[in-house]
Amino acid sequence: MTDDLDKLRDALQSPPAPDAARRASVMAAAQENFDATQEFATPARPTKDRPHSAGRIWTRMFDMVSNAISRPVLMAGSSLAVLMIAAVVITPMVTKDDLVVHDSSLVGIHNMVTPGTGRERAATDAELAPLAMEPAPAPSDAIAAKRVRQQSEMMEARPAATGNALTTLNQQDTRLMRLDTDNAIAIDDRFPTFEKSGLSVTAETPVSTFSVDVDTTSYALWRMSVLDGYPLPPEAIRVEEMINYFDYAYPAPGSTEVPFTTSVAVTQTPWNPGTRLMQIGIHGYDVAPQDRPPMGLVFLIDTSGSMNDPKKLPLLKKSFSLLLGTLRDEDTVAIVTYAGSAGTVLEPTQAADEAAILGALDRLGAGGSTAGQAGLQQAYGLAETMVEAGQSARVILATDGDFNVGISDPDALRDYVATKRETGVSLSVLGFGRGNYTDTIMQALAQNGNGVAAYIDTLAEAQKVLVEEVTGSLMTIASDVKIQVEFNPAQISEYRLIGYETRALNREDFNDDRVDAGDIGAGHSVTAIYEVTPAGSEAELVDPLRYGTAPDTASDEWAFVKLRYKQPGADESQLIETPVTAGTNGIAPDVVNFATAVAGAARLIRGEDLGDWSLSDAATLAASAQGADPFGHRGEFLRLVRLAAAQSEN
Amino acid sequence: MRDKVTDEELAKAVASGDGRAFSALLERHYDRIYRLAYGVLGAKADAEDVTQDVCLGLAQKLRGFQGQSRLTTWLHRVVINAARDHIRRSTTRAKTAAQWGEDEINRHAIACEDAAAQDWLQAAMAALSPSLRETVALILGQDCTQGEAAEVLGVSEGTIAWRMSEVKKALATLAAQEMSE
Repeated sequence: MTDDLDKLRDALQSPPAPDAARRASVMAAAQENFDATQEFATPARPTKDRPHSAGRIWTRMFDMVSNAISRPVLMAGSSLAVLMIAAVVITPMVTKDDLVVHDSSLVGIHNMVTPGTGRERAATDAELAPLAMEPAPAPSDAIAAKRVRQQSEMMEARPAATGNALTTLNQQDTRLMRLDTDNAIAIDDRFPTFEKSGLSVTAETPVSTFSVDVDTTSYALWRMSVLDGYPLPPEAIRVEEMINYFDYAYPAPGSTEVPFTTSVAVTQTPWNPGTRLMQIGIHGYDVAPQDRPPMGLVFLIDTSGSMNDPKKLPLLKKSFSLLLGTLRDEDTVAIVTYAGSAGTVLEPTQAADEAAILGALDRLGAGGSTAGQAGLQQAYGLAETMVEAGQSARVILATDGDFNVGISDPDALRDYVATKRETGVSLSVLGFGRGNYTDTIMQALAQNGNGVAAYIDTLAEAQKVLVEEVTGSLMTIASDVKIQVEFNPAQISEYRLIGYETRALNREDFNDDRVDAGDIGAGHSVTAIYEVTPAGSEAELVDPLRYGTAPDTASDEWAFVKLRYKQPGADESQLIETPVTAGTNGIAPDVVNFATAVAGAARLIRGEDLGDWSLSDAATLAASAQGADPFGHRGEFLRLVRLAAAQSEN
Repeated sequence: MRDKVTDEELAKAVASGDGRAFSALLERHYDRIYRLAYGVLGAKADAEDVTQDVCLGLAQKLRGFQGQSRLTTWLHRVVINAARDHIRRSTTRAKTAAQWGEDEINRHAIACEDAAAQDWLQAAMAALSPSLRETVALILGQDCTQGEAAEVLGVSEGTIAWRMSEVKKALATLAAQEMSE
């Protein structure tokens, strides 16, 4: 037996020798990366010009990087032009700040694909164009992995300038794969310290500040991953988006003067007997469909070749017909498509004329490449005529993310969307289709356009986003909503905000009205959960300071929750304050338990360790807290968790 | 180590922007990275892919190295994470378990100087679960102590000891099968 171990040791210590040429080129490329990080290293920026809640994955990279000594900025002047092209392929519209990070990873991508050669850098728009014409179903990961390998083997043989669509497609895959790899590695960098960095010691940092987030993209992505059995990097799970997918029926505000209610409850943590969960629920006032002002909607529909997939254009058409059913007769609808060239398919038409609208929707067909910018401009042009007619107008962009031809300056486009927001036209984004790597752009666009980003994977999801929550998605009731929680060190020794990692704000940003934050639509609710450790609990992870400042023991308050928001269009924020004690119990047990189950499950899914507590426990807890569940969302969650639990046991 | 400068000193020099230190560090550890990746993945091409990913990301990632652990421990963790990502992306875990080194058999068995030994390695590694493979790749492949392996994999030393006993069991079963064939 020991012989076998020795045999295994010998075999493992002498693997087939690594390829010498590849070793040399990888080392050279790595060195280049190193030099780039040095040359352009700059100190961390103040939070104010941080990309507000745009590009989440990239924000994470940002966080990772800014946690380190300094921020590497890798935008090398000489390769800038080419890098921009690559950025256009993957994420055509990003904020300026995002772009910096993108480029840092793209340096790596280029090097990875062709270490030591400049061929990839010669890729041009023309070369990339065929991509959009080919229907590009997401390849299975295994195939993609093989392609990467083939790609590296083909490298030497491939002519420098190729018009071969297949080859180009492979490059695209390669880039996406690599982008993902890079991203995954970057996030794993947190692996050893993630838990610790999530934990705050009250004596050191008594105040926690973050921006709200009403997006739900992570949940839809996770559902697709469970049902289709294709792997999702755990980093794609943003816990807050999982939690906020569900409606928790917090009490509704009585009047529009204070547009929110704040509900707080303290409960036992199922996965740690020594800690408590403090759930904060915010609910915005709802507007009945008949009470909302008439609205103009411009559907900006991506009809590029890549949309030719049952889960894309056909689903999109069905989704929009669902939305039509919720509109009032006075609302107007227009349709603009973009593919190759942009075109107005339907001039502004009263929603009452359903036949005309449905007919126009029906005639849409997918083909050609994507001229996103021209489409966006036309859509805004139509929306502005609606504003002139006295309606509030919104552009609804529906795409799989192939926003990749015709955009020369993502920065300008971002500004364009933001400027149009000032004229009263907002922008919401609906994502369709699998293998969609452009979550980043969708989020960035919607944020800059004061809108909502949602991901539609099934007709049921369309029903939820476009019918059940239509007023919330279409009508913003408060902007720049920030939450700040101050903990009392005498009562709470440690705390951890579950999720919202990408939404953290600096303490001083809370009172700074210039710092942007998330918006909330009519009837939306937002839930945040803190795991807190009461002072003296065995669950304390950090020893108390011997010479720490003596806490004020007079108060039995655990925490003080402050909420800042602006009325739409206002420049000055309003403040809502709520004290919390151990006995605070303002949320129904079913609601608390269900949110807890979702939060725990989400943490498990993204690979966090909750001791003995497993997905099966999450399922049990969720099953006990189904409540009324009129739309079946909680039931669906329960089924998915059970399925995921079964999958993880294999 | 070939010279007196420790990894940790090199890492410090890298942090202060010393490009030669970075190059020395890469030179010193490239094979280690590759060997560990190979141990976990079992295919030369996969191992080289992961090695490439790790090396190209190293300049940025080193900024996150705070020196709480030994550099090799930290590096092992980085490689294990990258390899796990690679597995996650290329196929489901279950499939990988079945396919450990399949490519390798096809491509390199003939060229391999010691084909029999490689065959045995394929069979042995294929018999182990991913977590056991990670464990042996560290303990046997990199001569890590059980304590180091525990730190890298984020489990207790007891778990590592248990996994090694599982490995012995699996190898014994394999040996028994060979005997009976």
